[in-house]
Amino acid sequence: MKLKKNIATSESGFVFNPTTGDSYSTNPVGTEILFLLKEGHSFAEISATILEKYDVEPTVFEKDFDDLLAQLKSYNLIEQ
Amino acid sequence: MKKPAQPPVAVREEAAPADRPTAGRRPLTIAVTGLNAIDSPGPGMAVIRALREGLSEREVRIIGLSYEALEPGIYMHDWVDKTYQVPYPSGGTETLLMRMAQIHATETLDLIIPNFDAELYNFVKISDKLKEMGIATFLPTLEQLDARDKINLSAFGQKHDFYVPRDRVITSIDTLPGIAGAFGWPIVVKGKYYEATVCYTLEQAQKAFQKLQAKWGLPIIVQEFIAGTEINVAALGDGNGGMVSAIPMRKLYITDKGKAWAGITLEDEGLIEMARKFISATRWCGGFELEIMRAQDGRPFIMEVNPRFPAWIYLAAGAGQNQPAALARLALGEIVPPYTDYAVGKMFIRYSWDMLVDVENFQKISAFGEL
Repeated sequence: MKLKKNIATSESGFVFNPTTGDSYSTNPVGTEILFLLKEGHSFAEISATILEKYDVEPTVFEKDFDDLLAQLKSYNLIEQ
Repeated sequence: MKKPAQPPVAVREEAAPADRPTAGRRPLTIAVTGLNAIDSPGPGMAVIRALREGLSEREVRIIGLSYEALEPGIYMHDWVDKTYQVPYPSGGTETLLMRMAQIHATETLDLIIPNFDAELYNFVKISDKLKEMGIATFLPTLEQLDARDKINLSAFGQKHDFYVPRDRVITSIDTLPGIAGAFGWPIVVKGKYYEATVCYTLEQAQKAFQKLQAKWGLPIIVQEFIAGTEINVAALGDGNGGMVSAIPMRKLYITDKGKAWAGITLEDEGLIEMARKFISATRWCGGFELEIMRAQDGRPFIMEVNPRFPAWIYLAAGAGQNQPAALARLALGEIVPPYTDYAVGKMFIRYSWDMLVDVENFQKISAFGEL
């Protein structure tokens, strides 16, 4: 569960896949998670970071995280 | 007393020394075609822009070669120093050679870079005579041109192990239903030189056949439709099987004529390898463009091979691989090491611009064939 090495991400939430030329945008929480994924953090570490910073139930975050991951997989941005 | 007479002498007048040329080297004079920077643009202006940037260490004089009086490049004097009209490809090689000799007598051309598919055959055929006149070219051979021709693409793909769509080369409209039955709808109906139409019904296919036949003649190519992402690769072969440069670009904005109006450079070693394999298989000499459709299962199909630089070639220069300048250097006998790096994610966004032109200029190119 790691973002592909060549995926470019910016602090503004812009994501660029240089292999396909596709680009995406994420909201601020999505951007934060992408950076954590890129650094190779586990779900537990990411969850701990987000839950500490934001007012969100763990079960809700887990579901949202799974949704985001499914999106990233469908866009072919995650290392298989 | 009278003064003694001076003995008569004849003094030879020293001839005045001949003026030495003071302007330094003669400018490098390059003739370029494809000045039609319109909605389906020729590559000429992009090639010229790249040449001027990539050969900036020397004075470059650009001679435009035009077919019609309304090609925008004729009037872009910041880029094109002088333009001459040349005969249409249908005029044949003798007429072209005569015209080039006339232009050469005035301009002393060093190099010609043709940029249209339809004119390439004539330029290739006269390239030896141009060389005798002192004009360099850097073009594929007739055999290389034929091998990648739309008509032979399927056989070429099979021979060299490239993915190519199934196709049929036809001369009769009556064969359309059978082909559509074999390929399934939609099918792509393509002209001999240019234009392609995706057809979803027999009526559309018949209409496209008739239109393309009237415009470009027979045969017509009917191709299997491949759904996917359009990617192009601009590349340069050194003529000995070596690749000097290859830049993959994904079309981001496509006009109704299928032309890229915006695009972005990609990082894809597979596509670069594909260009390298094509060059190695053909020993291609000059610029070319692979038109690729990446199918939904990831397979890259070669849809067409254009035997010259594409209209978006300035993107390659902007990304760090100036293919037109490298071609010019190769043509002039210089050694050009292969490019290795380029900027990924470099974009081009095309725009149109209304030039204002005095009618006198239009008259000059129309009446005298030069401006």
